[in-house]
Amino acid sequence: MAEIKLESLSKVFGSFAAVRELTLTVADGSFFVVLGPSGCGKTTTLRMIAGLELPSSGRILLDGDDVSGRRAAARDIAFVFQLFALYPHMNVRRNIGFPLRCQNLPRAAVRGRVEETARLLRIDHLLDRRVGGLSGGDRQRVALGRAIVRTPKAFLMDEPLGALDAEFRRLMCGELRELHNRIGATTVYITHDQVEAMAMADCIAVMNGGALEQVGLPQEIYDWPRSMFVADFLGTPPMNFLEFAGAVRRGDRYVRVNGSAIGIPELREEGAEGALALGVRPEHVSLDDASSLRGRVFAVEYLGTTQIVTIATSHGQVKARLPSSAPARIGDMVGLSLDHRRLSVFDATSGRALQTALHEGAALG
Amino acid sequence: MRGLPLADLKLKEVSKRFGDVEAVRDLSLSVADGEFVVLLGPTGAGKTTTLRVIAGLERPDMGDVFIDGRIVTGQPPAQRDVAYVFQQYSLYPHLTVYDNLAFPLRSPARRLNERDVRRRVQQVAALLRIEQKLGSRATHLSGGEMQRVAIGRALVREPAAYLMDEPLSSLDAKLRADLRVELKRIQLEVGGTILYVTHDQIEAMTMADRIGVIQHGRLVQVGTPREIYEHPCNAYVAGRLGMPPINLIPAGLLRTEAAPSGAHTVGARTEHLRISAANGHDPVAEVRWIEHLGDQNHVHLILAGQALVTLADPRQPLRAGDRVSLELADPLYFDASGKRLDINWR
Repeated sequence: MAEIKLESLSKVFGSFAAVRELTLTVADGSFFVVLGPSGCGKTTTLRMIAGLELPSSGRILLDGDDVSGRRAAARDIAFVFQLFALYPHMNVRRNIGFPLRCQNLPRAAVRGRVEETARLLRIDHLLDRRVGGLSGGDRQRVALGRAIVRTPKAFLMDEPLGALDAEFRRLMCGELRELHNRIGATTVYITHDQVEAMAMADCIAVMNGGALEQVGLPQEIYDWPRSMFVADFLGTPPMNFLEFAGAVRRGDRYVRVNGSAIGIPELREEGAEGALALGVRPEHVSLDDASSLRGRVFAVEYLGTTQIVTIATSHGQVKARLPSSAPARIGDMVGLSLDHRRLSVFDATSGRALQTALHEGAALG
Repeated sequence: MRGLPLADLKLKEVSKRFGDVEAVRDLSLSVADGEFVVLLGPTGAGKTTTLRVIAGLERPDMGDVFIDGRIVTGQPPAQRDVAYVFQQYSLYPHLTVYDNLAFPLRSPARRLNERDVRRRVQQVAALLRIEQKLGSRATHLSGGEMQRVAIGRALVREPAAYLMDEPLSSLDAKLRADLRVELKRIQLEVGGTILYVTHDQIEAMTMADRIGVIQHGRLVQVGTPREIYEHPCNAYVAGRLGMPPINLIPAGLLRTEAAPSGAHTVGARTEHLRISAANGHDPVAEVRWIEHLGDQNHVHLILAGQALVTLADPRQPLRAGDRVSLELADPLYFDASGKRLDINWR
């Protein structure tokens, strides 16, 4: 069990800054997800925590100990890679027990620990099978078993589900999270898949271009994105942006978009002017004939419980998640109503979210 | 943009066996002029074999294939006038986007002059929104652009029908969502006859005029997305559509208003389940964990040893360990064989 602290961690490869001034704390026993597109620096960060890369500057603290310069083997951290490599000529028992045999543990102890691990992963009935004949899921479980059998201080996982198909990924997501609930070891998990991150994390750190964009509870990051990047990276479909030119000031409770006033959570900062954007999640858009914000239905995607309706407006396309009973046909002219309590306002030039009453609500839970 | 009449596709009692494996069994399906039909099923269900039989890449053991009312079962692929779009885009890497699109039009069989080729390529590029990429090499495109070009190569030919084999599955989630909308828009504009196969229920629900659910080589049910979702013919079909998947629970575990006789299993989609604080008379389930999706939460419950998943508003105050009452509202019912029991037929 361990707390992991990164302090102003940076990594430079030649002239390329892969990770820039990263500061964050992974609480003891938490499932911490680092989320970002490929090339955002998340794998480099993980490799530095593991000791597979040395930081260019900054510190890594493991339970308060500075391990920045310590080699990987001395950190007591288990790394689970995307492409799990098992020893094909060994059976499940020998694969899981391998790290313990390398530590020269007595045979009886190895046996006990392997069996306990297999029970935890619910693969104890497979212990004497060869790994070659196992299903993809069972192979993944064996690979996990090999990581957890050492009972390390922390687990680092680099997109361990990346190679699996969608349906199976969802299943493994649930299993991994349940496993975490049972053993409670600090886990840093990196992925580019926001659904996976939302589903599993206690805490999410979103990275972009080597830097931290935002860190927080999954729901907080979703409801209260600090930047247009985060707002766009999370959600299926992602947040809609209605771009407009104008100005907002402290205390404002509405914005003027092409002459029509749209209510917003009260602005709690000095304000901004120029290129602005109103951010609205698809589930906070509804159809309203009386609204002056209008557009034409461009696409309707039926999803069973709900439907996604894409509406072309003079401010760009807006996607609405509506009950599938709501009448919407391609070509219809419709009015849009936005849930004003849930809107975000961005400075469209910098992408920064402006502070509003919405953020106070989120901070209070 | 097209001047040619469209064609319908028809399969009549088609079977195809590979050694011991019956890939397709007694499959009959028709796709009307201008219709978008999606065959939905898991890997190995016989979807691709069905497409290959229509394209003439496989010969059926039994049954016939009709295109535009004519039997084509014995005809070679080239005479069938159907375009096949594969999962892995196969472009000529050394050619530009323009030349990739023009390629099918320059075949000696067509004898189109360059002016007509240019006109068609530009029309299709506009439709696919890749006009500004016409001069780029195929290798300099993103995955989404390459797949658009691959679809464009099928479109320029103006074939009688399009066969598409999971064309979006190698793309990332965002791009897939965009191209789903685009493909449907293009189909509505061009009015093509499309048979599309996928294992992705979202693609099936959002694009299809009708869905055919295929299992072990057999067509289990054909209908509009809404028909299949709301009136599945059996428990298997019910489980193919819907996120989170339908909960199949033994009849009697939860109180129901009017279960038809013979009901063995209750199918409860998220809209059929009401969660409330334990109220003392409805059965009590325990919240195991809450999966956050942002717009909604998936609540994982356990009721008398049975795992259930349902949606809840993220602002509904639920936590792991909470005990809640569950109530059913107009669920689906299935008999012991899995066949759906229609409540009105009681």
